[in-house]
Amino acid sequence: MNEGLYFEGMSLLDFARGPAFRWAVAIFIIGIVWRLTALLLVSPKRLEPVKGSATSGGVRTMLTRSAPAHELEKNIIFQHYSGYAWHISMFIVLLFFAPHMMFFKQILGFGWPTLPNLFITFFAVVTMGILLVLLARRLMNPVLRQISTMDDYVSWIIAFLPFLTGIMSFTHITFGMQYETVLALHILSICLLLVWFPFGKLMHALFIWPSRYKVGAAFARRGVRA
Amino acid sequence: MAASKTVGDVLRANGVSRRGFMKFCAATASMMALPPTMVSAVAAAIENARRPSVIWLPFQECTGCLESLTRSHTPTVEGLIFDAISLDFNHTLMAASGQRAEDALDAAVQENWGNYLMLVDGSIPTGEFADYSCTNGHSHLDMLKKYAAGAAAIVTIGTCAAYGGIGRANPNPTQAVGVQDIIKDKPIINVPGCPPIPTVITGVLAHYLTFGTIPELDHHGRPMAFFGQNIHDRCYRRPFYERGLFAKTFDDEGARKGHCLYQLGCKGPVTYNACATLKWNNGVSWPVQSGHGCIGCSEPNFWDKGSFYRPLSAAYYGDARTVGISVAAGAAAGLAAAALARGKQKKAQQEEKA
Repeated sequence: MNEGLYFEGMSLLDFARGPAFRWAVAIFIIGIVWRLTALLLVSPKRLEPVKGSATSGGVRTMLTRSAPAHELEKNIIFQHYSGYAWHISMFIVLLFFAPHMMFFKQILGFGWPTLPNLFITFFAVVTMGILLVLLARRLMNPVLRQISTMDDYVSWIIAFLPFLTGIMSFTHITFGMQYETVLALHILSICLLLVWFPFGKLMHALFIWPSRYKVGAAFARRGVRA
Repeated sequence: MAASKTVGDVLRANGVSRRGFMKFCAATASMMALPPTMVSAVAAAIENARRPSVIWLPFQECTGCLESLTRSHTPTVEGLIFDAISLDFNHTLMAASGQRAEDALDAAVQENWGNYLMLVDGSIPTGEFADYSCTNGHSHLDMLKKYAAGAAAIVTIGTCAAYGGIGRANPNPTQAVGVQDIIKDKPIINVPGCPPIPTVITGVLAHYLTFGTIPELDHHGRPMAFFGQNIHDRCYRRPFYERGLFAKTFDDEGARKGHCLYQLGCKGPVTYNACATLKWNNGVSWPVQSGHGCIGCSEPNFWDKGSFYRPLSAAYYGDARTVGISVAAGAAAGLAAAALARGKQKKAQQEEKA
């Protein structure tokens, strides 16, 4: 089968759905496996005497880190809960828009019920709004600005682009481009996300629970509350 | 056929009433998105138009385009309008055959050199495969070049003539191409579709008869009046798409209720054609109305865009082999990185000890 490979005279959409996506998936898998293997193989040697249960400490930290820490609550409560709102909205758009579900169904082999487009539009707008507010906050808050790296901004752009191109193609606000060109840009923005994912801060999607566990376990072993 | 009579003469001789003729002109004007005030201008132009000489050259084709035109419109007024052009050569329709047909073609071309309209259906094999598609010993590549030279304009009928169609589909065994890939110095109007809607074919000819000019074309050379909007935007099932109601199989509850066919692979969102508005068989129905998703037949290379039943949003993520190689490559890179880090760690420890 030639499906998804280069063919003569292919349009930008064909390229995005085919070769670009195949390459992006390949790079995504290489990057994920690379980072996971490397991390698993280079665990540091434990030299300190054991003073507490690592497992219970790890699990506890996985939970406690899911709510803002008391001491910092005032300062971080906004970003903490807008983060929740962002991620929930993002997953609703990602999983419950019918064309998106069809995308996953082709890979996973099973589908699930989806939401009417009105809801999806609402959550997509919420998602973009929160992203913009958080970016503004990052730029205006002097402390946040100081601790922000290029990775933060690149990851923001890469997370924002699929929503921008998605809502553009969905609403047909295409700025003079053909609909299929915008749809191609949408898929290409996903390709970009897949390529960047293993190497930037987006990798937190995979590392968030293991890293919380590791931190909690390491502290518990030393008898310290994480 | 001589090209002396006007279209009006021929229509009257065929018993077409003034009322019937004006109805056709109004329909044509609205199809071409012209204001109502233009109806009389369309009528005057068509009635007084000298019947242009038209030669229809079938190349590597299946005759489906011609079937579309002849079957679904006889004996409507559109059919008569078609009679009203001087169709000097079409080897399927004409009574003459063999050398006589060839002579008729050459005579028409000679008489109307520089003024005739050339209609083409079918793709054109090229290179070492040019001779695989011939008429009376002449390769279609040679015929296209020879007769295009004297044409006022070329209308490609069907996706094969416009973009290569199924002949060009991977692996393109005859190196087939569309007319626009070979002829660069003539105005070309593409009327793609597999087959094209008959009303669109006659509409394009009516535009040419009326204005004597090439209609406004899109980036694929298609008349904007007919190919300006995509199927999805004009689809009567669109409200179901918005509400998230889809047919999941061809015979489920959703399919029976007429829900959106997106999940069954409908290519309506990326296909530009007039099916949803003009419909087929004199406005009786069209593919989506009869329960099958659009296959995107008026788009270039639509045969190579994957399964007709694969949803538009499903990308090609690769196969087990690509995924396997990627995992292996990732693991190798991870191992190398870990070994490097361990080496550094050891070195640091040794230095510390020392």
